[in-house]
Amino acid sequence: MKRAMRIKLLDIAHARSGDKGDTGNVGVIARKREYYPLLTKYLTVDRVKKHFEGIALGKVERFDMPNLWAINFLLHEALGGGGTKSLKNDAQGKTLSSAMLRMELDIDERITL
Amino acid sequence: MQTAPYDQVSKGPIDYIMMDFLAEVTMSIMQKQKKRNPELGYAKDLVPLVEHILPTCMEKDIKIITNGGGVNPAGCRDAIFKWARKKGIKNLRIGVVLGDDILDQLHALNAKGIALNNMETGEGLDSVREKVMSANVYFGAWPIVDALNKGAQIIITGRTTDTGLTLAPMIHEFGWKQDDWDKIAAGTVAGHILECGGQASGGNFSADWRAVPDIAHIGFPIAEAYPNAEIVITKHENTGGLVSLQTVKEQLLYEIGNPSNYITPDCVADFTTIQLEEVGKNRIKMFGVKGKVATDSYKVSMSYLDGYTAIGTLTYAWPDALDKAKAADQILRTRLADLGLKFDEIRSEFMGYDSCHGPLSVMPGEINEVVLRFGVRGHDHAAVERFGKELAPLILTGPPAVTGFAGGRPKPSEVIAYWPALMPKSAVKPVVEVAEV
Repeated sequence: MKRAMRIKLLDIAHARSGDKGDTGNVGVIARKREYYPLLTKYLTVDRVKKHFEGIALGKVERFDMPNLWAINFLLHEALGGGGTKSLKNDAQGKTLSSAMLRMELDIDERITL
Repeated sequence: MQTAPYDQVSKGPIDYIMMDFLAEVTMSIMQKQKKRNPELGYAKDLVPLVEHILPTCMEKDIKIITNGGGVNPAGCRDAIFKWARKKGIKNLRIGVVLGDDILDQLHALNAKGIALNNMETGEGLDSVREKVMSANVYFGAWPIVDALNKGAQIIITGRTTDTGLTLAPMIHEFGWKQDDWDKIAAGTVAGHILECGGQASGGNFSADWRAVPDIAHIGFPIAEAYPNAEIVITKHENTGGLVSLQTVKEQLLYEIGNPSNYITPDCVADFTTIQLEEVGKNRIKMFGVKGKVATDSYKVSMSYLDGYTAIGTLTYAWPDALDKAKAADQILRTRLADLGLKFDEIRSEFMGYDSCHGPLSVMPGEINEVVLRFGVRGHDHAAVERFGKELAPLILTGPPAVTGFAGGRPKPSEVIAYWPALMPKSAVKPVVEVAEV
């Protein structure tokens, strides 16, 4: 079936990320209320895990926060050990947010951006 | 000198200023400083900062609440008193919160059956106990409330949650009770919003960073609290930055786990109940926050030495910048192997190409320059140090058009590993002392 639209997550969401040890958290927030159902529908744990393949080595957890039109993702084993142990430039996962927003989504809906 | 605290006390009305100084690794650094000099072990920046803002704070009756006391809040207090006496300042009351530092009680606690196992891995403390460099209990708001009730102008704590620093004055002013869980949760959420500098007022704002006005003069966030636990997040007028639904939401999502169970010593806040409403320019009202009963444990944060890292960089210029950096990476790995050096991890990243987004990075058409960032980690200090000597030779004995080695040899840094644990609240008591000069 042909999808209706291809969009970048960046077009419909903003995000912030940070660290707790070796776990990165990525909060994804819909830019408009009407975009929130797209986030809950398309940002499945599997989709996010696939997106962060080679980055998040552990499990991915998802927590919905409809009050803020947001979803919080936890990416386990994503920070090279975390803290002072990590050899990563981004040891605190500050840029995982923008890495998330690179995601491209093929959606069934037609939306105006 | 940080200008933000002075701006907060001078550019508009506030009643309390909170300053969070403690990252996870900070305590171990402070324990080392205290070992060298028993008068130290607190945030050194704090004393000149207090000297700078205190005259204004005393004039306007603004209370200062900070966890910058590190592993020596009393030493920090004494340093401020010493300065105050010299300046002829009178009637200055300082409260300190003690008792969070349990470094010398680990054996005794274990003997009492308090295991302090790693709460993430389940491992027993035995494996690291003799290596622990710092061990601190996270206290919450209540000891600070006690000090405020005793009339302290400045409250200096050791390890206290950043949320507790903000919640405490609300409890003190409004007489909230220990089991007013919804109100305690609302004050806790306000603390989470304020805890990271300008991150709620336009800093690190991903939705539309260009739209943040005059970010050079960013106003730090302020919580305007009401007895019914409605809280307006705002900033001083005539400061830069932006407080909007989007900036506040981004900060609410910052470094949280399960949003339904945001656990502090004071309560368990439910972030999925937070309601936000724009009630004016740079004014976001927060209401409806639900809280649950606090757990009967304190979180304990311990640190121990767990090896060394060293990281160095070299910059490769066009043409073939990335290919050359990748070749250099391979040469370096070969030479380290030839030397027989063993590491727990070797990692190379190519800044300008993939150091942030890793495998998600898109190859640009042509790259002007790229920085090879090469790091090693291991428990053998000599090996990590030896690596540092292998980087510079690459300039003369590797691919061409390379520079950027002005910083010198990468030196070993300590890996301060972090050991989180829980202990029953009944096993430790915060001690509050208030003294006057």
